[in-house]
Amino acid sequence: MTTSILLVGVGGQGAILTSKILAAGLISLGYDLKMSEIHGMSQRGGSVSTQIKFGRRVYAPNIGLMEADYLVSFEKVEALRFLPFLKPEGRLITDDHEIYSLPVAAGLTGYPEGVIEELQRLAPGILVVPAGRLARELGNAKVQNIIILGALIRALELGPVDWPSLVADYVPAKVRDLNLLALDTGLRR
Amino acid sequence: MEKILLSGDEAVARGAWEAGCLVAAAYPGTPSTEILETLAGYPEINSRWSANEKVALEVAGGAALGGVRALAAMKHVGLNVAADPLLTLAYTGVRGGLVVVSADDPGCHSSQNEQDNRHYAELAKLPMLEPADSQECLDFTRAAFDLSERFDAPVLLRLTTRVCHSKSLVAPGARPKPPIQAYLRDIKKYAMIPAFARPRHAAVEAKLRQLADFNNDSEFNRIEWDEPKKIGVITSGAAYQQAREAFGDTVSYLKLGLTYPLPGRLLATFARAVDRLYIIEEGDPYLEKAVRALGFDCLGKELIPLLGELDAALLRRAFRPPSPARPLTSLIQPPPRPPVLCAGCPHRGILHILGQKKKDLAVFGDIGCYSLGVQPPLEALDALICMGAGFSGAIGLALALKAAGDQRKVVGLLGDSTFYHSGLTGLVEAVHSQADLCLCILDNSTTAMTGHQANPGTALDLMGRPAPALDMAAVVRGLGVPADRLSLVDPLDRAAVTEALERSLAAGGLSVIIARRPCVLLKEMRGAFKYRGRVAPDKCQKCRLCLKVGCLALSFRDGRASIDPTACLGCGYCRSVCGFEAIEMEEAQ
Repeated sequence: MTTSILLVGVGGQGAILTSKILAAGLISLGYDLKMSEIHGMSQRGGSVSTQIKFGRRVYAPNIGLMEADYLVSFEKVEALRFLPFLKPEGRLITDDHEIYSLPVAAGLTGYPEGVIEELQRLAPGILVVPAGRLARELGNAKVQNIIILGALIRALELGPVDWPSLVADYVPAKVRDLNLLALDTGLRR
Repeated sequence: MEKILLSGDEAVARGAWEAGCLVAAAYPGTPSTEILETLAGYPEINSRWSANEKVALEVAGGAALGGVRALAAMKHVGLNVAADPLLTLAYTGVRGGLVVVSADDPGCHSSQNEQDNRHYAELAKLPMLEPADSQECLDFTRAAFDLSERFDAPVLLRLTTRVCHSKSLVAPGARPKPPIQAYLRDIKKYAMIPAFARPRHAAVEAKLRQLADFNNDSEFNRIEWDEPKKIGVITSGAAYQQAREAFGDTVSYLKLGLTYPLPGRLLATFARAVDRLYIIEEGDPYLEKAVRALGFDCLGKELIPLLGELDAALLRRAFRPPSPARPLTSLIQPPPRPPVLCAGCPHRGILHILGQKKKDLAVFGDIGCYSLGVQPPLEALDALICMGAGFSGAIGLALALKAAGDQRKVVGLLGDSTFYHSGLTGLVEAVHSQADLCLCILDNSTTAMTGHQANPGTALDLMGRPAPALDMAAVVRGLGVPADRLSLVDPLDRAAVTEALERSLAAGGLSVIIARRPCVLLKEMRGAFKYRGRVAPDKCQKCRLCLKVGCLALSFRDGRASIDPTACLGCGYCRSVCGFEAIEMEEAQ
């Protein structure tokens, strides 16, 4: 059995760092693991996704339609966009954060209303983590990703991993304490 | 050694290092870029960004002829540029092992086409290896150098995006002392005049027969039997992983690693042993055609899409009866989120000006960040084909418009890295043929789209060593553009760009505009802008003109334009667009 996690968001939100830390923890538990990212155009404010699959033996690195056990979204419209990749019985974890894409910012189209309600209707097991807001309350909007990581770790119900020291390994020393606080905030959700 | 998590690209670099590679050259291109970026971390290897892929392969090929192990890497379309040396290096063969990496991009994640470069192996008559994960990337790369020397042929290592950019666990090895062979002058082998090329062609054909025979028992391929042998699947590369994921142990697999020349005997043994044969491959029916040519009936592209990337879910749907399960979908349509020019991007100014003039202009674009100016709201480019076409395509377009009596003026556009890649020859042509057009070089002092790689115009090389930066204006003048037909402007200076463009187009004949400002994401540009934009609420007339510049920091909120201070970098371009002086600059916090 493999577990598939699809992390989605907007370029620059730190989804890749989140998946690197998660991957390191899963490897320390002895799992085989594959992680897939799409680079290139994705940095430029576009939609981004990284995919992690772990289990006894993993073959395909990427996740197709209705294959994700967990869909983790850093932005609510991105959760909507990638929802078809979630297994009908899968778990959705999403921020209620709102980031305008250029067509929205330029007034070519609107940002939809009622996204969270729609997600709740379609994926009843949804966990909404207001990580963007919590990160700003902690004093740095950039730790949003580590708060989401904490919430995801808790939902995965994994064996024992020293997550704080892994997080400390991957973030710059000067923001280490803030990130550990963010991890703790996420783990409590 | 402990297993480590590596991407396919990183594992290829590691494999080349373990094989004793001494020279590596590439032109950056997604998804191949990280191969050379990783190799740059090994000081024993002379790694470099070459001006283009043809130069990279010639550098690596020359090194291999000289007796050391060498590697050239490129994205799939880059191999088109390097095809010329590739096909004749097949004739000369090598002395030190030569590995040519082609990273294909099924699904066009970051490319202008999704060509299947497996056809190049057949065209160039070269052995081709296709790894399926990072461990195979390392093992196959290391083995490719041995194979290259054993059969005296460059080896094509064909990757795809999912292999390049997926990370999986790899057991690394050690690096023995690099093999260096003495250079031997051998004109019958290395100087391909017709008299010598004819016998070398015969040698190539003989090598291919030996390779096909070797491949029947080679360790690059393996059969994974399922009992009873009802269904057989022939597959390779990333498609193998998707097939294993979809069908598990319920079918038998022939997993091919050395996919040219194909192992006829092995294919026949497998095909005869199973009741039904399926070919699972991404892209063109490359394996399928070969299996059919051997006289075996099989199913392939009737079931599996030829377009785009494969995944396991797609294979399950293709092979199994339709399931009642439907993907979760909402009636709320998520707004598109395309990649866009960064806030503060220097290209924004000149692209916005070209877009505003699109009724009077035809703009031939090129490959790079300016491709982000194709879509609304910028709509600056008419065409985009390949590197260099921004100049030479414009020459042809101008001829056509002239023939049709079309009054639109033609502008050709490319970047600094693309200029050195293949814009030089187009400029030479434009000068010599007295072309009537304006050519723009958007010089942001880096190769930005692929993540800031060095190019001949930058002062540091791939290894981080100081390098002489070419003086672009001097190069342009040196190629025959008179000084009074060359303008140097700041692409964010709306008045200066507009003036240079109008003056150039009004005068007729050939003119060149170098629009120079370093990419805002470069480290040295941190803190370059001291101010941030702010919309004065009482002055905004809600005309939305500023939104046409296509900046993520600008949006229309609460009935007027608004600037997000955390996204704005303070380039001030939007300020020059506003007709009501409603955008003010205030000191950055």
